Amino acid sequence: MTSSPQRHSTGDLLGHQLHGPTDPIRDVGWDGTHARKGFFTDTSICIGCKACEVACKEWNRNPRDGDLEITGWSYDNSQSLGASTWRHVAFVEQDREAIEAARESGRRLVSLGMPTVRDGGAGSEGGGATPSPDTPLPPTSPPDTPEFRWLMASDVCKHCTHAGCLDVCPTGALMRTEFGTVVVQDDVCNGCGTCVAGCPFGVVERRSDGTAAPTTRRGERKGEQPAVPKEGVAQKCTLCYDRLRDEETPACAKTCPTTSIRFGDHDELVTSARARVAELHAKGMTEARLYGANELDGVGGTGSVFLLLDEPEVYGLPPDPRVPTADLGVMFDRAGIAALGMIGAAVAAFVGARR
Amino acid sequence: MVPDVEAEDFASYYGRAVVKPPPWGHEVAAYLFLGGVAGGSGLIALGAQLTGRDALRRNARLGGLASVALGGAALVKDLGRPERFYNMLRTIKLTSPMSIGSWVLTAYSAGIGVAAVAEVDRLGSRGSSRGLLPLGPLRPVLQAVEPWAGWEAAAFSPPLAAYTAVLLSDTANPTWNAMHRDLPFVFVSSATLAAAGLAMVTTPTRETAPVRALAVIGVVGDVVAMRLTEARMDPVAAEPLHQGHPGQLMRWAERLAVGGGLGALLLGSNRAGAILTGLALLGASAATRVGVFEAGIASAKDPRYTVLPQRRRLEARRAAGVTDDSITTAG
Ligand code: SF4
Ligand code: SF4
Ligand code: SF4
Repeated sequence: MTSSPQRHSTGDLLGHQLHGPTDPIRDVGWDGTHARKGFFTDTSICIGCKACEVACKEWNRNPRDGDLEITGWSYDNSQSLGASTWRHVAFVEQDREAIEAARESGRRLVSLGMPTVRDGGAGSEGGGATPSPDTPLPPTSPPDTPEFRWLMASDVCKHCTHAGCLDVCPTGALMRTEFGTVVVQDDVCNGCGTCVAGCPFGVVERRSDGTAAPTTRRGERKGEQPAVPKEGVAQKCTLCYDRLRDEETPACAKTCPTTSIRFGDHDELVTSARARVAELHAKGMTEARLYGANELDGVGGTGSVFLLLDEPEVYGLPPDPRVPTADLGVMFDRAGIAALGMIGAAVAAFVGARR
Repeated sequence: MVPDVEAEDFASYYGRAVVKPPPWGHEVAAYLFLGGVAGGSGLIALGAQLTGRDALRRNARLGGLASVALGGAALVKDLGRPERFYNMLRTIKLTSPMSIGSWVLTAYSAGIGVAAVAEVDRLGSRGSSRGLLPLGPLRPVLQAVEPWAGWEAAAFSPPLAAYTAVLLSDTANPTWNAMHRDLPFVFVSSATLAAAGLAMVTTPTRETAPVRALAVIGVVGDVVAMRLTEARMDPVAAEPLHQGHPGQLMRWAERLAVGGGLGALLLGSNRAGAILTGLALLGASAATRVGVFEAGIASAKDPRYTVLPQRRRLEARRAAGVTDDSITTAG
């Protein structure tokens, strides 16, 4: 990642947009020869095989994460995205009540008249896809039944239009690529950790030695533990920047056997994501909804778009993320007033206490 | 004003946190405190310089340099790759409070460093034109730039005291972000009272009258700003400031600040009372910084603090008829 041109965002506070719809590629001065790349992760067809997790680990030579504990969280033992886990498959088991609640919250979204197709292109015709509450229950396929379903969702860095991680990085290690993705240059990062706090999705993390805690069982090392590469620097999904520059598909998408993870041009993916939601709604699956497809949201839309079957927080995603930098103007104003107040106090104290 | 979201009713993924806490140790909390002491000391040093309080000027300069040096070392130690600390000055990035802060810290250090070296040179050379340091022909140069160095350090002092509030707030951390409007006022007040406290400890009472006044202003600002901050932030995001260890620290911070303020008013002209008061003020500031720091770290570890305030604001917007800005859409 070192040979690519550096994209600093010098001076971008005044002339540059900190939130709202924008083209992140041109924003930082790339000429726009590439379309914005992204993912559409359709969780409704994910089978939880974790091939994406494995492919990502292998391609990026990411070390072991944590201490190989069995969590009891259904089939999820990798728990979350992190410095060495750039794809994470979530598993949620739900009973009839939870399924009903998800369906109802989806129905509510539809009735709110939330934005559907903005440009009038193909996809859902909002109202047409709205089933009434008495629409027959949608068909289920094994192992799901009306009494039970398994949610499986492969999570990944969102490659936000307004990326909190990138905004707050002091060294310029985090950069916006020509594909509109967000990448850490690991030879520049000094591991200050600011990006970790800046990400509204809890994605990027500073890599430690690869174990969450020392192995507790006496005299036992759980498998070979080779030296951990890139220790002490921030790490996250690169959207396979190295593969993209060779016109290859990212490893996770390429390996996904169900096409649950689809890679491509961001705008086309969003269009097909909308069509897919409409299709599911027409089948009565009102629980289907998109996450990240709205450029008016708090992060200007995400590069990785998801089709979810329940509220985002059920999957561990934030329900209303907002890039912190959106309020940076306010913060600077307030800090400026406070600083003036501090000067005023000092002047008052010294003038008032003249000998 | 706030629409009904069942207070305890929210979904999460096995209780796992949504956002991550920054990998910052107590070095960063220490820096918040020391950077504040340095910022306040820069202003006090200039005040003393302009009003001819020699001991106060010397002590404030030396105190400022010591704090900024210790604080800077703590920051570097906290990096994942300390040997690359200089990458902080690789670029100037206005969207990054950490970048701006690094430049402010550097500029402040330059000024206070020169001014403090001049003070060290004067130590032990009372009356004679010879100094303590082997400066040779550089001595006149140092003495000529010294007052300007004092001004330069003072110019960067308020930003040094204030930027750390933006550094914490410009994050997705639930508690720190929810404080973003008012935290700068807490931090400059805390910096002011801490630096005043240090000066009261180090400097004879005949020169500390302005510093005592400053301490009182700082205490009033600190207590009022902190209460206002908490009153104006999301009540759920404010909870970590009241619970557990950070909660204890915040309560002690207020007690020590009030005690220190009273001490500055009543005991400040007594040397022993001044020292005691100064220590209380320093303790108050340290407790505020560590308390705010720890509360934020705690808030990032529990999905409650991310999900509930976000749900609440989303529902509030929907109730107000704004339905086009949600990250979740029906199509
Ligand atoms: S999801 Fe987080 S790490 Fe990924 S681009 Fe957005 S802010 Fe950065
Ligand atoms: S840890 Fe690295 S990538 Fe993250 S903000 Fe610091 S320098 Fe930038
Ligand atoms: S795009 Fe590449 S780096 Fe990102 S999750 Fe997929 S395989 Fe991993």
